[in-house]
Amino acid sequence: MSAEQSPTTASDTRSLMHKQVDRRRALQILFGGLAAGTQAVSACNPLGTKSDEERETSVLAWREYIKGNYRFMTEEERAETIARLERIAKLKRNVDVQIQSTGAQPGVEFGYAFNISKCKGFRSCVEACINENNLDRKAGTQYIRIFEMKNGVVDLDEADATFQHDVPADGHFYMGTQCFQCADPPCVKVCPVGATWAEPDGIVVVDYDWCIGCRYCMAACPYWARRFNWAEPEVPADELNPNQHYLGNRARRAGAVEKCTFCIHRTRQGRLPACAEACPTGARVFGNLLDPNSEIRWVLANKKVFRLKEDLKTEPRFWYFTD
Amino acid sequence: MHLIPFARSALHSATSGGRRYHVWMGILTLIMIAGGYAYSLQLRYGLAVTGMNDHVSWGLYISNFTFLVGLAAAAMMLVLPAYVLKDVDFTRAVLMAEAVAVAALVMCLSFVVVDIGSPLNAWHLIPGIGFLNWPRSLLAWDVLVLNGYLALNLAIPFYILYSRYCGRQPNKAKYIPWMYLAVMWAVSIHLVTAFLLAGLPARPFWNTALLGPRFLASAFTAGPAFVILLLSLIKRTTHYEISDGAFSKLALITTVAAQVNIVMLISELFYKFYSPTQHGINARYLFFGIDEHHALVPWIWAAIAVNVVATVAMMIHPIRRHPRWLMVASAALFVAIWIEKGIGLVVPGFIPSPLGEIVEYTPSLVEIAVTVGVWALGMFVLTILVRIALPIELGEVRSPYIGGGPAAPIIRPRVSRSVPSLRDDRPARTR
Repeated sequence: MSAEQSPTTASDTRSLMHKQVDRRRALQILFGGLAAGTQAVSACNPLGTKSDEERETSVLAWREYIKGNYRFMTEEERAETIARLERIAKLKRNVDVQIQSTGAQPGVEFGYAFNISKCKGFRSCVEACINENNLDRKAGTQYIRIFEMKNGVVDLDEADATFQHDVPADGHFYMGTQCFQCADPPCVKVCPVGATWAEPDGIVVVDYDWCIGCRYCMAACPYWARRFNWAEPEVPADELNPNQHYLGNRARRAGAVEKCTFCIHRTRQGRLPACAEACPTGARVFGNLLDPNSEIRWVLANKKVFRLKEDLKTEPRFWYFTD
Repeated sequence: MHLIPFARSALHSATSGGRRYHVWMGILTLIMIAGGYAYSLQLRYGLAVTGMNDHVSWGLYISNFTFLVGLAAAAMMLVLPAYVLKDVDFTRAVLMAEAVAVAALVMCLSFVVVDIGSPLNAWHLIPGIGFLNWPRSLLAWDVLVLNGYLALNLAIPFYILYSRYCGRQPNKAKYIPWMYLAVMWAVSIHLVTAFLLAGLPARPFWNTALLGPRFLASAFTAGPAFVILLLSLIKRTTHYEISDGAFSKLALITTVAAQVNIVMLISELFYKFYSPTQHGINARYLFFGIDEHHALVPWIWAAIAVNVVATVAMMIHPIRRHPRWLMVASAALFVAIWIEKGIGLVVPGFIPSPLGEIVEYTPSLVEIAVTVGVWALGMFVLTILVRIALPIELGEVRSPYIGGGPAAPIIRPRVSRSVPSLRDDRPARTR
């Protein structure tokens, strides 16, 4: 792509002169020009020690810094930022990643059901999630929590999510939590900059680059579904999942909040989330709530289901049921 | 226009003083540098250098923030009687209280900046080039009301001081309406900050209608208590006359607010513990601990004990009227409320987590250093503001352009003088 080679092109400048451009675009072109100018100056400087790649990296970083909120970007702007991000991944880590911007599919609203009778606490889902979503290995970030509960006590206060022993343990059952993609998400309401929102298919997403890291959403979530990057996340290059989504498992940065997205990069292409695919017991049912023939609809119609903390009226899209 | 000489004499007032003054500012500067270094570590390695984690995602910074919003609102308690109720006793104290408000707001905003993970992205909050999620997000409200309150508290004292500097009486018609606005605004900064926490059903510890009123009561205890300390200090070290009446009224405000605060604490405790429900679990952690987790228990009981003792002491007339004991009681109330409304309010909201997991919180050294640094910054700002305001209020500093052409040189030459510098050592006629 030519745009990534020379960040401010002649056509950009022309568009500033002749076309109607909005304020953000004008800002970007001007700042981009500034960065290109700096580049030109340092190119003239025989003592300049920066390599071409370093220079390109800093220009890309600057243009990434001044970009807008993904939610309000045009298709063109989205393509540009994705090209930059892919290039940054190449320059910084020498990895080839593909970042999608696949939107919500019409007639789709995702839902999840969790079979308490079947889950045996193996935590294969947790592992699959870590690998699939490029979760920070150093901090040990996990989106999914599996709670081990004593039979007869459905109380999270009495449950243990840090169990380290052979499972299934006698006299216990297991209950998994993750982001429930609430229909009325309290986390979205509180974000001061609109960096998190619910997509039309129900997935609550975060624009990691727009997030300012105030962590108000973490305080607002009744299900403890959000995670913060307290430091620069680390994922070994050979374990990196290159199949990424802008709103999903792409590289995060320190100081931004992230969360489960029902594997947005998979599910929007008709695949199952990694956790549902990895579950060896078949405890996880995922599907389209708007499709009357889907398994999730069958579960909701034929099983006695319940949701966690229904009294809070956040309308989670995540149900529990038993055989 | 006298703006340039004003700025010059303000700079002069802020930078000249006796040895004690310079030692004080020097110590504050050193602390700020240490805090700045700690913050640079946080910028380089991320918030991982703090004691916060995914379970306790707000800690010392936001605790100090909530407390200081209250301190900032305290200015109102002085403005109200001085200008609205036409109580002349107070007018001299008001400028100092507004300096406290500005310093507290500087600290508030600094604590927010050091708390956010991506401070460079702060421009995302600016409507137009960014996106401010107003009116849905209470944090967006807080950004607006805090900055508005800061602007008001800078503009009003500036107008008053500048008028005096130019040798004019400040025009009441021009600033009194803004004073009224500031009074209402002070309530709003506090209520909005309380609503920011109270609006979260995910955190039953904060999700109570009493939180807003409790915030106000504790603010009107700690705020005037701090102003009492400041005015006592000013009275001791300068010849700025503050009437005993002002002190006794401030002490009365503090006492009444402290009593109301304790009544509300009792209501809260009754509500949480008479019929303990799931929603009282965080309060149980705070006051009694859960299993082997009880990091906050000694803090909260110490705070309550000091709070009650100081409040009772303030209710005894001879103690409240005795300047030294009044200072002791005020300092005690200030510290007790700092614990109760800082760490004691924010941290237990996260413990246990909404899923019942218990992860305790201990602030890291870096976090403590940054916090102390921000406090030093606040005290630095406060000292400078008081230094600028006092000589103008005392009539020591006036524009050289008033009274027909440049009069006697107002900016005194920098000569080493004995402390404290504000003691008037000039001939009586220039006073």
